[in-house]
Amino acid sequence: MLKTRLIPTVLFKDHSLVKSVQFANLRMLGNPIQTVKVYNARNVDELVFLDIGAPIDNHEPQYEVVSEISEDCFMPLTVGGGIKTVGQIRRLLKIGADKIALNTYAFKSPSLIRDAANKFGSQAIVVSIDVKRVNANRYEIFITGGKQATGIEVTKWAKEVARRGAGEILLTSIDHDGQMLGYDLQLIKAIAKAINIPIIASGGAGKPEHFVSAIKNGADAVAAASIFHYTQYTPQSIKNYMRRKGIPVRL
Amino acid sequence: MIMIVDYGMSNLRSVAKAVEAAGGRSVKVSNKLLDLQAATHIILPGQGAFPDGMANLKKGKLIEGIRHQINTLKKPFLGICLGMQLLATSGHESGVNNGLNIISGKTIHLTVKEKKYKLPHIGWNDIAYNIKCPLFKGLSKSPDFYFDHSYYLEPLDSSITVATCTYGQTFPVTFWRQNLFATLFHPEKSQTNGIKLLKNFIQTQFQYHA
Repeated sequence: MLKTRLIPTVLFKDHSLVKSVQFANLRMLGNPIQTVKVYNARNVDELVFLDIGAPIDNHEPQYEVVSEISEDCFMPLTVGGGIKTVGQIRRLLKIGADKIALNTYAFKSPSLIRDAANKFGSQAIVVSIDVKRVNANRYEIFITGGKQATGIEVTKWAKEVARRGAGEILLTSIDHDGQMLGYDLQLIKAIAKAINIPIIASGGAGKPEHFVSAIKNGADAVAAASIFHYTQYTPQSIKNYMRRKGIPVRL
Repeated sequence: MIMIVDYGMSNLRSVAKAVEAAGGRSVKVSNKLLDLQAATHIILPGQGAFPDGMANLKKGKLIEGIRHQINTLKKPFLGICLGMQLLATSGHESGVNNGLNIISGKTIHLTVKEKKYKLPHIGWNDIAYNIKCPLFKGLSKSPDFYFDHSYYLEPLDSSITVATCTYGQTFPVTFWRQNLFATLFHPEKSQTNGIKLLKNFIQTQFQYHA
């Protein structure tokens, strides 16, 4: 049976591990490389590593950092942040990334998704989608680290990225980010209904129950950051809880 | 020397690091025929699409060399994911393409009928394995490994299948024939289970005629 993945998200900016609340109020939390080593030692399912400064400052992926974290990372590693060319993707995969998360530049130039999927396989291409609720029933996508509105409705874009060959969607609610009050379940439900590739839910986890609700509403995997930084819960303790609630996990 | 074949299609460094963690003392990522000849063990890793994989092996003039090392010299060989799929006679991904033809069979798309089985098949899935295969020495029953694929190799001779996985359908995930091993999952990304498997592979050198 396929296990439900619990994925810590490591955000970094200018060589520092950071954590945001609604994509703002960044707090510096230390060294990202050290953090990855700890997660590896804790035998987590997978890791998402995002350079949140890159799309804003328009800088190249930080190859040295990726190379260093992959030194002892015997779990799947997804790397994202400001990636805009097939050449950058090739280089990141070569130095230790297993999957690439595209976001802003996939939106600006959607042919990047198909080009990358053809070259490296859909299984290596994650499209990261940052979403804000604009009114009771409408969610729109935002790019450039959540700073730039697009006016595009989320299910429309999710269907398009799936059609263009994305292997997974990392679905982040900007409103719920860092709030630790639970995932945006309505959003997860809507996307799960719209597409048939795996969805990684992100934004809002603060308690073990939140992960279970996300899965029950259609997420295939759950990502989180704050809960690991600010509470005593560990990936293992959360997975123990998930298993008790009948969700298959890898222990 | 353990050679990791560089044909431009893979998470080469992840594989090299994991082999080192498994105790591989001399690990070389290379695309040179001389290294294929010098190697004691050969690993063909892989991520990506079948046609590109074959095109790159061809461009690197590696096809005959790999076949010779496996079929004639019987050197321990491990294909991983795409590196397993490419061993087939043909690949049915974006058209039909010739494979390395080391294992008779076709690389085809997974068939999942129910909507709850999404593709690609991504994540940790347990496998059922044959304990006779040395790769699985020391592993627990039904161990989890990390998968990330939509295709698999359906061999004509099912007796080479030593592990299967079930996701929508049951499909072969490990082959073993003398010196030849192949896994559809990624041992280099499967934490301690994967490192154990790689360690077992490195230790197969005296089992050519098993």
